[in-house]
Amino acid sequence: MHALDTDILWRWDDSFVLLNKTILFTWIVMAVLVVGSLIITWRLSSGPRMDRWQNLLEIVVSFLRREIRQVSRQSPDPYLPFVGTLFVFIAAASILDLVPYFSSPTGSIATTAALAVCVFFAVPIYGVARGGFGGYLKNYIRPSVFMLPFNIIGEMSRTLALAVRLFGNVMSGAMVAGILLTIVPFIFPAVWKVMGLVFGMIQAYIFSVLAMVYISSGIQARETQQQKARQRAEKAPHEREVPSPPREAPGPTAKADEPPSSPPRQRRGTPSRDDVHERDPSHEKGSTND
Amino acid sequence: MTDQALIAVASIIMGGLTIAIGSIGPALGEARALAEALAAIARQPDEAGTITRTLFVGMAMVESTAIYCFVIAIILIFTNPFWDFVTTAGTGN
Repeated sequence: MHALDTDILWRWDDSFVLLNKTILFTWIVMAVLVVGSLIITWRLSSGPRMDRWQNLLEIVVSFLRREIRQVSRQSPDPYLPFVGTLFVFIAAASILDLVPYFSSPTGSIATTAALAVCVFFAVPIYGVARGGFGGYLKNYIRPSVFMLPFNIIGEMSRTLALAVRLFGNVMSGAMVAGILLTIVPFIFPAVWKVMGLVFGMIQAYIFSVLAMVYISSGIQARETQQQKARQRAEKAPHEREVPSPPREAPGPTAKADEPPSSPPRQRRGTPSRDDVHERDPSHEKGSTND
Repeated sequence: MTDQALIAVASIIMGGLTIAIGSIGPALGEARALAEALAAIARQPDEAGTITRTLFVGMAMVESTAIYCFVIAIILIFTNPFWDFVTTAGTGN
């Protein structure tokens, strides 16, 4: 279906052991990442004077840590190795796409399916490690038992969508570049390649953020359940008055939230543009009348 | 018209129709999401980071319906199961 998978470079005695361009380019990306980061981290400096490549790595790592922290609202340490690897691999693959004779291995459905399967298995692994086996399984019947089949279907379909989204974007980008090359072979393919650089970074970002969202959804549901159970446990004995203030607290806060939220709505809803539009013609009319 | 030609014509036409019709809804939805996000950023520029990230994630979700259509179109054109069925049946005869 795609030249990446069908261009077989080497085959072991007509068996299924073969080397196609997808595997070769994946290995190249892996080698670039591993060797590059080994060389860069060979001599790290903690002082203000640092290598420019160390600066690059620090920017990438701190960006990933910040994004993971903002998405999951937790410490990014347990998730950085997995999610960061996804991001760095896809981003490096789409950057190396600029190298001649190299095409991104994420343009093959096999690579993206492998990445999506990694995410598919990472969600229960992180969920079980965080909340225990039963706690994770309770996520599937979370709103009610009737949602069980839909949760399972959602788990499958989001994995499929994760794989096909990346594959479709990268593959269609390469295909459009090929078509452009036959129609307007002068400047536009280069411009399209630069666009592909931007799209590749966005796709890497989306893939890793979605992986993080899926992982944290398997965990946060568990934690909200724990909070509910804690509230119930505190509510059951009526001896303390402590549980009642938190339970009544949402009421006043919600009420307190509503008035500030409604004025912005009114502000949005108030036709400020219309006011401006109405005023402008009047001013113009006034000016013309004057 | 032979069976193979019939299946080829139907597959090509339906592949085009699938991606053409299936991309209308997600396109409208994504455009609406983007417009709302731009309005929100214009209103609250401080929250631009959160809004942009949520926008990306939401757009990726919205896009998945178009991606399903894309998969169906790809399957219809490149790896059509009925095509294989007819060709193997033809060689069998």
